[in-house]
Amino acid sequence: MTPIIEVQGLIKRYRETTTNAVDDISFNVAPGEFFTLLGPNGAGKTTTISILTTTLAPTSGEVRIAGYDVVRSSSEVRQNIGIIFQQPSLDLNLTAEENIRFHAILYGLYPFFLTFSMMPRSYRDRVHELAALLGLENEMFKKVKKFSGGMRRKLEIIRSLLHKPRVLFLDEPTAGLDPVSRRSLWEYLGKVRHESGTTIFLTTHYLEEAEEADKICMINKGRILSFGSPQQVKANLIEDYLLIDAKDRNQLRAELQHLGIPFSETPFFKINLTERSAQQVIKAIDTPLTLVKTHNPTLEDAYLETMEHA
Amino acid sequence: MREVYAILTIAYRDLLKLLRDPARLISSLIFPLLFIAILGGSIQSNWGSGLGYNFLTFVFTGVFAQTLFQSAAMGIVSLIDDRENDFSQEIFISPISRYSIILGKIVGETLVALVQGIGIVVFGLLVGVRFSLGQVLGLIVVGVIVCLFAASFGVIILSNLPSRRTADQIFPFIMLPQFFLAGVFNPIKILPPYLDILSRISPMRYAVDLTRGIFYAGNADYPKVVLDTPLLNLTIMVAAFLVFLVIGTFIFVRSERNR
Repeated sequence: MTPIIEVQGLIKRYRETTTNAVDDISFNVAPGEFFTLLGPNGAGKTTTISILTTTLAPTSGEVRIAGYDVVRSSSEVRQNIGIIFQQPSLDLNLTAEENIRFHAILYGLYPFFLTFSMMPRSYRDRVHELAALLGLENEMFKKVKKFSGGMRRKLEIIRSLLHKPRVLFLDEPTAGLDPVSRRSLWEYLGKVRHESGTTIFLTTHYLEEAEEADKICMINKGRILSFGSPQQVKANLIEDYLLIDAKDRNQLRAELQHLGIPFSETPFFKINLTERSAQQVIKAIDTPLTLVKTHNPTLEDAYLETMEHA
Repeated sequence: MREVYAILTIAYRDLLKLLRDPARLISSLIFPLLFIAILGGSIQSNWGSGLGYNFLTFVFTGVFAQTLFQSAAMGIVSLIDDRENDFSQEIFISPISRYSIILGKIVGETLVALVQGIGIVVFGLLVGVRFSLGQVLGLIVVGVIVCLFAASFGVIILSNLPSRRTADQIFPFIMLPQFFLAGVFNPIKILPPYLDILSRISPMRYAVDLTRGIFYAGNADYPKVVLDTPLLNLTIMVAAFLVFLVIGTFIFVRSERNR
């Protein structure tokens, strides 16, 4: 299957800076996939998404969305994508319906009319349909200002799907939402995805949001640290090891060498636990130990550690 | 056709946002009203007889043009931070042409400024400025011209600004001197040569003078108040409009993505 998003050797260096905000990254996204770009603040997520959505020109590299080059065919790319921004993109003093209507007209779906009642029948039906879907039948003609944060986000998602984009970009969509709204937004997004088959491209710094994805691309300082399914990324990230030490280090060193157990000295003896369990190692050693410590981090710990060391 | 609908949508949104936000409309009128009522009123009461023409009317026409000019120009400059703001983000990532965005914004900010202009006309009537229906119609027509001219000035400023911060810092230096160089509240019929040169390179001067040229047409005070003929002012404004718009739009569209 041809990828819906192709990124090849993407580099972005902002004017008057000496380092690359995005430093030679490449990846593909298959149609219908739920793809997550994971990384801490300042990792280059927003820069990457800005280039993919044509609002920022890359310094070098190739990016194609739905087969269109983001630099040469930006208008075609824009027609094929929907975006949920980090900052809310609704006009609070306008009604929900007006926010939807203006979007629909900008995407060439309907002609311009001053009021809702003047709009074509098909548009009015569509709005009633969407209102029912959102459970907003009574609020559609109220100012968005009166909506809760979670409701606003849902309205934005509905609106961004109006022109049936092939890819929906979400740039940290849950920032500023409480846990309940966040949960409900994800359930809603899951539903939308199953119904429309839209490819989802998410950026987030929350690991638990990334775990739902088909593919995770973990970046920091503009470079890819890890890429694959959540299981693969987990396996790459988590390093289980055992730390031991003895009063007589020479004896311990000789014994470990004799047993054929690989180790490194940090100055404690660090033994990787992918091949053997901590119990096997300790059982085999006769040298009296002064320190025994296992390191088996949760995914969260591993993520934080990786980000700190990168 | 689609681009036309997009332009109308962008413009209509600007107008609707103003009408839905009465607090913003009122606050935008406070300074013009203070200038007309207090500055115009007090000078007219104290020095009015010595001036030989009604100073309240003089300030009223000046402030009318200045308010429209400033509102339209600043409205365009606001495009600079619109990439991160409310629905404007949507406009920037929609598949419409960048030229349509500028055009829609110009039309929109013109409408917004005209609403303020209507507020000023009503207030002028309340504080005792006298004018005919014909003069009001004249103000509306000249108001549209002033706004379009100011919007093109906004585009050329916008295209040369790197950030909102810079815009906020330099905007007072671009606008405030023009208040005085354009003779909004001070007579500039006679100026020393160095001020005369500065006045002639202030875009606002032509907006104010054209407004007075139309408002005072056929009035005995015309020669005391108006500097150049409306035709001359209009010619300069049309020429500057085209230059500002073409160069400004070109630079803006080019620099928008090359950050």
